Amino acid sequence: MSKRKSKETSSVNGECISQVQRILRERFCHQCPNGKLFGVQLQYKHLLELLKRTTVHGESNSALIIGPRGSGKTMLLNHVLKELMEVKQVRENLLQVHLNGLLQTNDKIALKEITRQLQMENVVGDKVFGSFAENLAFLLEALKKGDRDSSCPVLFILDEFDLFVHHKNQTLLYNLFDISQSAQTPVTVIGLTCRQDILELLEKRVKSRFSHRQIYLMNSFDFKQYLRIFKEQLYLPAEFPYKPFIQKWNKNVQSLSEDRTVQEMLQNHFHYSKDLRSLHMLLMLALSSITVSHPFMTGSDLLEASKLCRMDSKANIVHGLSVLEICLIIAMKHLNDVYEGEPFNFQMVYNEFQKFIQRKAHSMYNFEKPVVMKAFEHLLQLELIKPIEGLPVRAQREYVLMKLLLDNNQIMDALQVYPNCPTDVKQWATSSLSWL
Amino acid sequence: MAAACAPRARGGRGLQLGLARNSSRWLPLGACASVVTSQRAGLGLSRAISCSAAGRERRRDRNPAQLGEEAEIMNTRQQCKRIYSWVGRAKSSDQQLKTFQYRGILIKSERSLTEMCILLGEFVLVEGENADQPFVAKLLKLYEDGSQEKHAVVQWFSRITELPLNKRKLLQREVSPQEIFLDKAPGYDTDINVETIIKNVKVIPLAPEEAVPVRSKGKQIFFVKESWDGKCFKPLSPGLLSELKEAEKNKRVGSPSPLTACQVFPSDFICSLKAETDRVTRSTVKTKNIQMEIESRHSASKSSLSKERHSQRVANGINTPGARKKLQLNSPTKSRNKLTGGDVLELLGDDCDALEPSATKRKVTFTKILGSPPKISRTNGESDSPLGIRGDWSKLAETIRIAPYRRGQDSSPKAKNLDGKDDDTWHLNGRNEEEETEERARESRKTTKRAATSKSNSKSDTNLAEEQELMTRSPVVIPRSHRKCVQKTTARIAEQLHFLNISEQDREDDYLPSIDFSDSSSSEEEENMVPCTPKRKMRSSTTLRTPKSLRKPSDITPAKTPRKTPEPRTPKTPQNATPRIPIRNQATEKPANVLEEARLRLHVSTIPGSLPCREEEFQDIYNFVESKLIDGTGGCMYISGVPGTGKTVTVHEVIRCLEQAAENDELPSFQFIEINGMKLTDPHQAYVQILQLLTGQKVTATHAAELLAKLFSTPGPKRKTTVLIVDELDLLWTRKQDVMYNLFDWPTQKQAKLIILAIANTMDLPERIMMNRVASRLGLTRMSFQPYTYKQLQQIISSRLNHIKAFEEDAIQLVSRKVAALSGDARRCLDICRRSTEICEFSSQKSASGLVSMAHVMKAIDEMFSSPYINSIRSASLHEQMFLKAIIAEFRRSGLEEATVQQIYHQHVALCRIEGLQIPTVSEIMAVCSRLGACRFLLVESNNKYLHVRVRLNISQDDVTYALKQE
Repeated sequence: MSKRKSKETSSVNGECISQVQRILRERFCHQCPNGKLFGVQLQYKHLLELLKRTTVHGESNSALIIGPRGSGKTMLLNHVLKELMEVKQVRENLLQVHLNGLLQTNDKIALKEITRQLQMENVVGDKVFGSFAENLAFLLEALKKGDRDSSCPVLFILDEFDLFVHHKNQTLLYNLFDISQSAQTPVTVIGLTCRQDILELLEKRVKSRFSHRQIYLMNSFDFKQYLRIFKEQLYLPAEFPYKPFIQKWNKNVQSLSEDRTVQEMLQNHFHYSKDLRSLHMLLMLALSSITVSHPFMTGSDLLEASKLCRMDSKANIVHGLSVLEICLIIAMKHLNDVYEGEPFNFQMVYNEFQKFIQRKAHSMYNFEKPVVMKAFEHLLQLELIKPIEGLPVRAQREYVLMKLLLDNNQIMDALQVYPNCPTDVKQWATSSLSWL
Repeated sequence: MAAACAPRARGGRGLQLGLARNSSRWLPLGACASVVTSQRAGLGLSRAISCSAAGRERRRDRNPAQLGEEAEIMNTRQQCKRIYSWVGRAKSSDQQLKTFQYRGILIKSERSLTEMCILLGEFVLVEGENADQPFVAKLLKLYEDGSQEKHAVVQWFSRITELPLNKRKLLQREVSPQEIFLDKAPGYDTDINVETIIKNVKVIPLAPEEAVPVRSKGKQIFFVKESWDGKCFKPLSPGLLSELKEAEKNKRVGSPSPLTACQVFPSDFICSLKAETDRVTRSTVKTKNIQMEIESRHSASKSSLSKERHSQRVANGINTPGARKKLQLNSPTKSRNKLTGGDVLELLGDDCDALEPSATKRKVTFTKILGSPPKISRTNGESDSPLGIRGDWSKLAETIRIAPYRRGQDSSPKAKNLDGKDDDTWHLNGRNEEEETEERARESRKTTKRAATSKSNSKSDTNLAEEQELMTRSPVVIPRSHRKCVQKTTARIAEQLHFLNISEQDREDDYLPSIDFSDSSSSEEEENMVPCTPKRKMRSSTTLRTPKSLRKPSDITPAKTPRKTPEPRTPKTPQNATPRIPIRNQATEKPANVLEEARLRLHVSTIPGSLPCREEEFQDIYNFVESKLIDGTGGCMYISGVPGTGKTVTVHEVIRCLEQAAENDELPSFQFIEINGMKLTDPHQAYVQILQLLTGQKVTATHAAELLAKLFSTPGPKRKTTVLIVDELDLLWTRKQDVMYNLFDWPTQKQAKLIILAIANTMDLPERIMMNRVASRLGLTRMSFQPYTYKQLQQIISSRLNHIKAFEEDAIQLVSRKVAALSGDARRCLDICRRSTEICEFSSQKSASGLVSMAHVMKAIDEMFSSPYINSIRSASLHEQMFLKAIIAEFRRSGLEEATVQQIYHQHVALCRIEGLQIPTVSEIMAVCSRLGACRFLLVESNNKYLHVRVRLNISQDDVTYALKQE
């Protein structure tokens, strides 16, 4: 009986775990507007009021949402839009145009996209616009026709706003802002950007027409809040089907957040980056270690994930190198020390290596030059070394000037963990000038 | 439809059969064959057919319709190809003024070798700025002055599109595009250069109670009903109306005068010799056979006229083919009596000579009309011989006789269709003529109360046939000229064959159902009437048209609607598409409280009732434009000022006031257009926009430049002064500066009547970016708008608020002073005020008075102007701050303003050791660096040099140290 019961719980767990993973992954990966916003209540209210006035009163506006990457600009906007759309009056009136600076790389494409999203092709017939000029005139005409009281307000959302600034003459921005400042169809232009110096990029006429509303998102929370966010992100929602599991899981999350090592780890993570995306990344990695046999997240899971996150990519490559290649890197390191970061070429590295071999001939096999060359080229392919720019292309391979893309610290760290590294090599690496 | 067309096909059988045969490559062969045989069997005219066939064949090679279109285009577009000469000698001369007056002008088109003659009192089309919409005018006087220049004095007529938009409402009715108004508005030059006359045109005066015929789409007919004196519309005075009508009647009833011919078919009058010969041969064979039928047919059509309108139209439409036949027979009839080979040749010769007045004189003697003796030769077709008429009527009779016959035969819709196609071969001309026909028919009913159907039909047929042939030839007979004879004959025959009427009426009615059958398709095809459409399409569309014209206008409307969608039309943006944003479903809410009201008024877009603080500038600009307007000259003014100083709004206000004044007749009226450099994709698009705003044409930039240059350099008749605002002038700069050069060059020309107000930001723009020759043309009339002072800003806000108590006085002053100190940009000022009202609204519980106070304004100003850097740095993560510190440390160490990531990394590690933090890996540092780079705290070299990427600070070191020290 008891055996059967335990079997049943485990089967529930299997189902349960996949559910947990699905819910949490969705939360971490999608920018779903159902998620929670942290620390942006003021901005939220500001933006909401702004858009509400546009739709309800037909007031034209322009605003920029500025904040570093991962600070929740799009998230904020989506939340506001979601709430707005719940109002019937807004839902029926508002037209939205979403543009992205990465997609609409020039004004011509942007105009086409606007026309498409405003569904004005029906006026144009099924033809593709002839010229850019025609298109612009057409759109301006369309927007000019409207007025505050009768036309549907149009919401322009320009993602990666800073890229629109580089369009020729900033025609699109000028026109959008100009419409927003004249008695035409009510429009609200919302730009999203991570550049703090965005206003300096606007041309003076464009700048004058921009209303200078800037909504800053700063990630201005401290570690306590960060910890709370961490918990919020992991908590299972109340509507989760397996009720007893919710309690257990949430309790576990609570205890995790109180664990010292976890807190320390989170603190470190917090010090590196405050944005929530990196936290999501961390949690995502930890979440994948959860299985039926290991149903609850532990501190070690998180530590492991954190280690993965913090991994140094270049130093990792060093782990997989042969001893000869390691030796070459050490030779380069010495050259860097001697010549203070001046570029080197293969011949110099080979000479350095030869010196080492001569001293320690008993422990190292003396490779022939072509073999060493091959190893050198492998390093080049791995981009651990890089030829410096502005060199004649036809230079002989041995004499092409190179730079090492590794820092001394990285090399030493890598050597520490390098498996079966000959002691002589290690010694050579540390005692830089002793052999002289 | 087929049934409706069928009689027509039969009516014109003589020609059509020949055609159908020769052109069988165009048509389903079987269909042609069946038609041919049936008709042959019915009438036994195979001989005539075969005779004509040979002659026709050669002409077939060209698509007549296409040629016709070409000719049309040539006439409207290529004015330069015309040669103008006087008709006759000088009528009178004025010794003192050294002018000679003439009674007519002869216009010879070089390309098509056609000729037309326009006499005084006729209506003409005059070249305007828009080639598609020439002006309409009545020729009052023709004279030549001492310098050999040909002049004309005209009475202008205005199309509805030429009238000011706001005045069109006064009419309170829909105006058809063909309605024109007698233009009594002062200020137009009535003296024009003769060479601007394109051709003559038909204008029909209507009594006030008469409605403009709705259906008419013919381009060459206009209706005049009311006069326009610049302020209001008045119906034509009875005297004037009768005068116009008289003139009209004279022309129409008057005689087979060359004038009428020209007038009705301007420029299209071309007929080939070959056609003529064919007709001659054929008609000789035919007419004799069919004399009996003639009469019956005639009476039939006549009586039908007396019936209700609808049936009349039916009759009318069905008659068409007959009429066509008549036309073709027309010219030969006269010479029929003496028709030998030699005669034919002579006849042909005559035709060739026809252009010379002398050549036709003898023929004119035949004419019964005693009106003005025709100066220009007509073709021989003017004959009045009863035989000729009979010949014509015979054709009509044929139609009728065949009608019942066919009806039985083509009962299946398919057969009808085939018939229709068969028919097509002949109906290649545009619908205009057909509709014109109908028009004429109707109007003739009104004016002359005579059976005009056949006449008018035949008229149109002349047109048709001639357009198709389109060889160089003299103007051809107009069937109308037969009127008198017709009258006689009718009177005589009417009684005798009265009984026939009834039966025929019945038959005609029988065709109606089939008309309905095809209608929707016909209207659909109508859209396809583009010159370049494939022949087949053309043909079918044209055939279908006739039945359509038979219908009442009301029937047509439903069929029109579905047309748009399935037709993939020419790949151009429809010119008149009026794009607009959808209408909102719910009304906007009215402002609920004082703050909202204030916010609404403070929005930049709100146009204030008055413009405070720019009175002087306003007055200067106003005076400048006003003086130029009054003088009727042109000029440029350059207006500069930093953004937000009210340049554009002041200029607009000036224009508004001037328009007001023009409306009150204090100033000559003018045309106002505006372009904005920022709203153009390319400087050369300026031409396109100007031309489009000026005339509504859409052309390419280079062409537009040419047209504009021509427009502004030639003394255009009926041209108002143009006021052109060029906003953001600096964007019209090109390397060669040709756009600017042209813009400023036009006003310097005497005839241009162009006033340019150029607006830009920089005061020294002419000196800085313009070449000398451009700057020189721009002139020295300059004005600069100074940034607003704080007092002015204060006044602007107060005047906008207009006694709404929403702000504390101090608050307004604070805003004004702050903005005045920063930029003097009024937009900024209003934006701050608006933002303050919002802040006030959300924190209203704190403020005691509910007014916007200093604190709110301060907050708004802070939001807008405070640098975001300090705050952003403070809210950055620890390592990001550390990285910035490391950068500064590295800069200090090296003494340079640039460092590589590797160097900074070392500093960073050292700092971490001091602080006792975990030492970051290089990857982490790179991530931190790129994050800071994305926010533009740093300028990071964009390449893959990894550790060797160079980094600079994008903000001052002081800012960074300040931000980091505070903690």
